[in-house]
Parts: sequence; structure tokens; C-alpha cells
Amino acid sequence: MSEELKVKTMEEFMAQGTQPEILFWVGSAGSYDDRAKKISRAFVKILNSANVDFAVLGPEESCTGDVAKRAGNEFLFQMQAMMNIEVLNGYEIKRIVTCDPHSFNTLKNEYPGLGGNYVVVHHTQFIKELLDAGRLSLAGQEYKEKRITFHDPCYLGRANSVFDAPREVLKKTNANIVEMKRNKKTALCCGAGGAQMFKEPEKGDMDINVLRTKDALETNPNIIATGCPYCNTMMTDGIKAHEKEESVTVLDVAELIANSI
Amino acid sequence: MEYLPNILFTIALIIGVGFFTKNIKKLSRNIKLGKDIDVSDNKSQRWKNMFRIALGQTKMVVKPVAGIMHILVYVGFIIINIEVLEIIIDGILGTHRVFAPVGALYDFLIGSFEILALLVIIAVVVFWIRRNLIRLQRFIKPEMKGWPKKDGNLILYIEFVLMLLFLTMNATDFQLQQLNEPHYTKAGAFPISQFLMPLFDGMSISSLVLIERTAWWLHILGILAFLNYLYYSKHLHILLAFPNTYYGKLKPQGEFNNLEAVTNEVKLMMDPSADPYAAPADDAPEPEKFGASDVMDLNWVQLLNAYTCTECGRCTSECPANQTGKKLSPRKIMMDTRDRLEEVGKNIDANKGEFVPDGKQLLDDYISKEELWACTTCNACVQACPISIDPLSIIVEMRRYLVMEQSAAPTELNNMMSNIENNGAPWPYNQMDRLNWVNE
Repeated sequence: MSEELKVKTMEEFMAQGTQPEILFWVGSAGSYDDRAKKISRAFVKILNSANVDFAVLGPEESCTGDVAKRAGNEFLFQMQAMMNIEVLNGYEIKRIVTCDPHSFNTLKNEYPGLGGNYVVVHHTQFIKELLDAGRLSLAGQEYKEKRITFHDPCYLGRANSVFDAPREVLKKTNANIVEMKRNKKTALCCGAGGAQMFKEPEKGDMDINVLRTKDALETNPNIIATGCPYCNTMMTDGIKAHEKEESVTVLDVAELIANSI
Repeated sequence: MEYLPNILFTIALIIGVGFFTKNIKKLSRNIKLGKDIDVSDNKSQRWKNMFRIALGQTKMVVKPVAGIMHILVYVGFIIINIEVLEIIIDGILGTHRVFAPVGALYDFLIGSFEILALLVIIAVVVFWIRRNLIRLQRFIKPEMKGWPKKDGNLILYIEFVLMLLFLTMNATDFQLQQLNEPHYTKAGAFPISQFLMPLFDGMSISSLVLIERTAWWLHILGILAFLNYLYYSKHLHILLAFPNTYYGKLKPQGEFNNLEAVTNEVKLMMDPSADPYAAPADDAPEPEKFGASDVMDLNWVQLLNAYTCTECGRCTSECPANQTGKKLSPRKIMMDTRDRLEEVGKNIDANKGEFVPDGKQLLDDYISKEELWACTTCNACVQACPISIDPLSIIVEMRRYLVMEQSAAPTELNNMMSNIENNGAPWPYNQMDRLNWVNE
């Protein structure tokens, strides 16, 4: 593909006897889902541009178990968690960044009780940190004057009160950030959480993602930005349901920033 | 015979408070049917939450109209209780307006009670209109049919009548004061009830006394009856909102508890020195049930939540599943939990303190699988609740039972979970390909 990305695994760091600045937890979606893989690539482009010395686990990474836990399979969740914690603690990982709010929530809140204690940040928080520290600068004017509305992922916003970082980062693109009527604490779910991503919805009169996309379209946006691979899929499908795929695109905050470097 | 009213009053008071105490004991016993949970942490934060959320009503005003009206009724309720104290003392001792000697302050207090009583009447009328004429969506959902709807209106009628009795009592009292009736101490200010006085113009002193006494008695007997109505009503929230906000969740909303019983088993499974074929020791306790299929499997804070719910429906109106026509309603989860808990409580009462299995449970008989699987765990219901109720925790606990005890997850979820078991991802991809995205 286009440009060469510099990605090192923890195994390589170990072999060199060094520690990375941060571990990038790619997550299952970021590793395998075609749309989400682009987000992983965009985020690495940002990390490379800011010269962040980061590592990934590669084949040593396994599902956090988040989705199993939300589905009620505590057993499978804890199996996954303990395996991952063994790997992470083995490498003495201190800090983790991830593009997936579900991994973010689980690693940050639910792993400590099982022996995994790390500082965990969402990629929008980390990008903000890089921008604030002057390690990353944006020259591109790709999104200047564009109308962007941000959809709060439940497990980033309501669940962990991260509302400002994604918005502040988006402002740096010089775009016009517009809010949906339901935002931040009262944002409507995209419909993917709680393991819904992996099953058909129950009988109803509408799909949740179509309703949420309606909220977004009411702001008359050029771009719907989000910070979650699952929200991304749901909103993209929602756009199609509203037949707006010609005029509105769904992009992750990482992609918007990577395109503005 | 002179002391007959005092005696009757004291008996009424004892009966009223006695029944109430009995009900509170039953309530407390039912709540304690839940599993233990450690909520002894962060006391200062918990007190703060109680003051802010329950006493300060901070989450009520998220919806400004309902919120402000609710504060009026609430402040009215709390402050008018000072008056109830005087009524009780008068009733027992046979005095009249025993606090009158405090003078100007007394006039100020009685005057403010009257203004509050009027505001309560206005708020109650607005509430009634919202429920019955405007028919706000959240008040006419399926789970509100029958008793819940009646309960909601009944509370409004009782409050309306109590306030009206209070004002009638004051109006006739004021009239009697002006007629220099000796028993009626000249005290109090009557900014509202003075407008009712023309109704009683020209009445004989004995009729006025009769009306004043009737209003006085009905008012206090009404309050005692209302106190005992609480246990059977959603109105229990006026008491339980306080402990409920104190014991409310302090962790980030996204953090679900890790089941300890599972942790022990997983650790054993991952311990290379453990014998996988070992028979359990003879004295080993029965393995703990995972998740919840009935109210006794929930923890006591969840049961307290159920009794605290006042069925306002803010949770349900914020729920994405409910907004898109699915059966799930977080409010119904709470109402079902309370109904089942009551049923279990009655069973215990009828069987000399012992629960006799009745072939029913919370799962299926009250809450269907379809409702449980419609949840996106988005926490909108938890966020919306003005008094820190957590319907999501009950949903998750019941999913745990379905998945771990019954293997009854929807097929697609079973596929997803076996993918995680086999490939370390919810999709059927090879774990060795986890890094392929870098070079694609």
C-alpha cells in the first residue's frame, strides 16, 4: 500500500533490551476489520510523524474479552484478561494507547482487579498530548471550513467522561465543529455496544444506527467523526440507509488528523 | 370525656406509625434477601452524592419543567413537615397552635407554608395534566398500564386534597380568630387562605369550628394514611432516594464488576500444577451460581434500587433500544424486580419465614430474554436516573446467568464467543495474522 509504516513489536524491543514509550493496543477490530485497519494505519502514521517510540504486541495480542463480558460470558472474559495480563506484565508494560473505546474501558477499568495495572489512554487523548507538546504539527488545510460533527462513543464519553480530547483535537483541523442535539453525556448509542455488533437486533421499528445517523445528519455535516471502530461501521451503514453516502463521510479522528499532517 | 380527642389522636398516631414501622421492617428484610456487596468505601464521596443528588435534586433539573415543579413539591413536603410537628403536639396535648408564642417567626412560617401549599397545588395540577391530558410518552408506555398509572394519579390526588385541607383549616381558623373565639389563639399569617374566607362568611361559630376541626383531623389522618401508602407505591422514593444515592455506583459507568467466583475458577484452570481431574473435596461448598435468574441472586443495592424507582421513565425515554421500538424498557426491569421481590416477600410471610419455591423466577416470568438481549450497555439509563438507579447492572447479571448457567446466548453470539476462544478475536481469523494490517 501507499506509504511505509514503521511498526515494531514488543518482541523486537525485548530483543534489543529497550522499552517503548507506549504500547499501541490495536484490538481485534483494528487488526482484522477492513475499515478499522485503515484507522490503525492512520494512527500509526501520526505516531511515526511525531516520532513516538511505540510497540505493538502483534500475534501476542488477543481479544480483551470486553465483548464477551458485555454478553454475559464472564468466564471467557477473565480467561482472555488473564492471558493478556500475563503477556503485558511479562513485558512490564506501563502505558497503553488504543483506538478502541471498548478496549480502553476494559484495560483501564476492569483489568486492574485481575492484576493488570496500566495507564491507559484513548488515541484521541494521546493525539491531543502530542499536539499540546508540539511533537505533532498540522500543516494541512484539508478540512478547513468543513462541517464536522463528533459522535461520542458510549464507552469513551458517558462511560469514562472523555468528552473534550476528541473535540479539541478536531478543532486543530480548522474545521467547523458542530454539535448534535444529543451530545456528550446524553449522546445516543450507535447501536453496536453490549455485543449488538455481533448479532441481529431484536424486533423493533427502526435500527439504532439509523436513528443516530439522523441525529448527525440534522447538523448538516460534511463529515461525521468518531473515535470507535464499531461506531464507525454503524454510522457508515446509517449513512447508506439515509442514502447520503455521496455527500457525507464517516471518519475516525485519527484519519482526520493523519490527513492534516 | 374532655380528653377523648387527645386519646383518639394518640391512638391514631400509634397505629399509623406502628403500621409504618412494620412495613419498613418488611422492606428491610426483603432488601436483605439480596447478596452482600461491599459499599463501605469512599464515605465522604457517598455523603456528597447524597446531598447533591437526593437533597440537592441536581439531576432532576436536567428536565427543567418537571425538575422545577418537582422541587416545589419536594420543598413543600419537607417544610410543611414543621407544621405537622405542631399538629402532632397539639393533637396529643390538646393545645392549639402550640408554637404561636414564637411570634413574628411563627407568622412568617405559617405564611410560607401557605404559599408553598399553593405552589404544591399548582405543581400537582401541572403533573396531572402532563400524565393525563398531554400524555407524555414516558407515562403511557406498556409497563405503566393498570396499577402504576393509578398509583401515579392517586399520589397527585392525595397531595392535592391534603393541601386543600391545610388551607381550609387555616381559613376557618383565621375566621374564628377574628371572631375572638377564645380557644383560637391569634397567631399566624394567612396570605393564601384569606382568599378562601368569603366561603365561610356568615357561618355560625359552631359550624366554623366543625369545619376547622374536620379539616384538621382529615389533614393529619390523611398524612398518616399516606405514610402507610408509601410501601405499596412508587412514592417510596421520598425516603429511599437518600440511601439509594448514598450507595450508588462510584466507579466509571463503563466499569462492570469482575465476578470473584469466576476469577477463582479461571485461576485454577490456568494453574499448571492443578490437577484437572481432581474430584472436589467432600466438604467443598456447592459451586456458586453465576449471574442472576431471580431476585435473591441480585445484590441488596440492586434490590434497594428496585424499591426506590419512582417510575418516572427518564431511563426508558433515553434508552436507544426502547426508542427504536424494542421491548426493552429499563424502567420495566426495575418494576419487575420490585414486583418479584414483593412476591417472594409474601411467600416468606405465608410460609413462616421460609421461602418455598413457587416455580417462578425473575427471568422469563417477569423479564424476557428478548428484553435482556436488546440492551447495548450504553449506560444512557444509568445516566438519566435522577436518583442513581442502575438497571444495566441487573441486565448484565441476568445475561451472565443465561450465558454461563444455561448456554442460552443467541446463536450469533455463541459463534462470536467460540471465535474468541479459538482465535483470540470475535471473528474467525488466524491470530498469527494480527499484524497483517501494517503492510496492506
